[in-house]
Amino acid sequence: MLQDIDLVIEAGSFVALLGPSGCGKSTLLRFISGLDSPAAGSIALSAGAGEESASVPPKLAFVFQDAQLLPWRTVLDNVALPLELQGVSRAEARQRAHRPLAEVELSDVHERFPDQLSGGMRMRVSIARALVTEPSVLLLDEPFAALDELTRQRLDERLRKLWQTRRMTVIFVTHALAEAAFLAERALVMSRRPGRIVLDHPLQLPEERSLDLRTNVDFVAQTALLYRALQQHGALDDAPTASKAELTQ
Amino acid sequence: MKPSPGRALAESALPPALTFVVVIALWEGLVRAFAVPKFLVPPPSDVLRAVWTERATLAGALLTTASGAGLGFLLSCSVGTSIGLVFSLSRWLERGLYPYALFLQTVPIVAVAPLLVLWFGPGLRAVAVSAFIVSVFPIIANTLAGLRSVDPRLSDLFRLYGAKLGDTVLKLRLPTAIPSIMTGFKVASGLSVIGAIVGEFVAGFAEGNAGLGITVLAAYRQLKTDLLFAAVLLASFLGLSLFALVSRLSTLLLRRLRAPG
Repeated sequence: MLQDIDLVIEAGSFVALLGPSGCGKSTLLRFISGLDSPAAGSIALSAGAGEESASVPPKLAFVFQDAQLLPWRTVLDNVALPLELQGVSRAEARQRAHRPLAEVELSDVHERFPDQLSGGMRMRVSIARALVTEPSVLLLDEPFAALDELTRQRLDERLRKLWQTRRMTVIFVTHALAEAAFLAERALVMSRRPGRIVLDHPLQLPEERSLDLRTNVDFVAQTALLYRALQQHGALDDAPTASKAELTQ
Repeated sequence: MKPSPGRALAESALPPALTFVVVIALWEGLVRAFAVPKFLVPPPSDVLRAVWTERATLAGALLTTASGAGLGFLLSCSVGTSIGLVFSLSRWLERGLYPYALFLQTVPIVAVAPLLVLWFGPGLRAVAVSAFIVSVFPIIANTLAGLRSVDPRLSDLFRLYGAKLGDTVLKLRLPTAIPSIMTGFKVASGLSVIGAIVGEFVAGFAEGNAGLGITVLAAYRQLKTDLLFAAVLLASFLGLSLFALVSRLSTLLLRRLRAPG
């Protein structure tokens, strides 16, 4: 499914992974998260550059396409869940859950249940839940795909700000070009199955990005570049079989 | 516009009430018009009279059967849910034991009932076990299905954070399975009454306080068909009440869990 993936992602970078449906973007993300293992090749994650820190795996968090909240838990308890699962006491987990909730500006609804929230709010809760463990790597698998365009743009902006303050490594899977260009520092474009990386492009856009960036000439040019790469490599390709994905953080 | 509660009640209660009145009237009228012998089909007025004159016997019988069915049902709920949980934790155990759990569903309870008398002695215990055997399988099957219906991405989430098995069961699988388990309980509630009555046919002789199954048999032998009808009606009333009780509890629990349905 994936082929010849040889990739180094630097710590603290924001990478967008683009590609046609079914190209293996999500699979690659699952490999990185350790939820699945590749048939051949290896993934290496390290918590820092030094020798001694290389043995400590960095904290990962995963955001799924749908918010995937537990309907029987309040917003606060949903955010506290990862800590509880890691053995933190319920009281302390709830205490610590307030901060990420404030970061996504949902403090005032912390006692509500997921079915009392809009789709965009549920997604923000999902992001807060991912942030609660203070992860050094945040993986997002088409998180905003099911939301309407305006909500999506607002969430993109918020995610970008969260990254700017926290400087964790973010790998964002999407099939939306503009979203990738708006969010990331580096865009990876994958070909159709078997998925290979056909373009590894540093996005030359300002650090501060607001919603009106989307109408900027540079932005449009960058998006067009990604678009051409996607178009050219939509076709199937015969390439050698070994696959290797390497991640240094 | 939202209908008023009174109106909603009238709309849901009126049709069955009307059906009841029409059927009873037809029954009474036809039995009288064609002079059907009372030992074949007694008119509803006779059945009502039997309920009144035999009220002490019937009330005792109802209580006895309710105890047997209730005990069997509670046993089914606890044992059935536990077995479903154990099966869900081990594919190997499930494959090895599920066919034999299915045996409980297919075994003709009337044929096994004498064995229950031998093992548990005649009376309440044998009746409760009979109710248990008849009602446990739907609970096992529904519990298992519910525990298996967890969204794989939520399982991934728990796995990603290194959740312990206990946490995964208590915080994810069981809450997900509750609606399905409740469906199992509802099915089992009606079945437990059937199991208790059948159990009584064979095993219910011992105590002075005979159950509805015994009342049916006794009324049949004495050709007191009106009493037989009364006992049968009470048995279905018991089944319905138990079902209504479990439904109510289920609704409350599901609302708490914010589950649909």
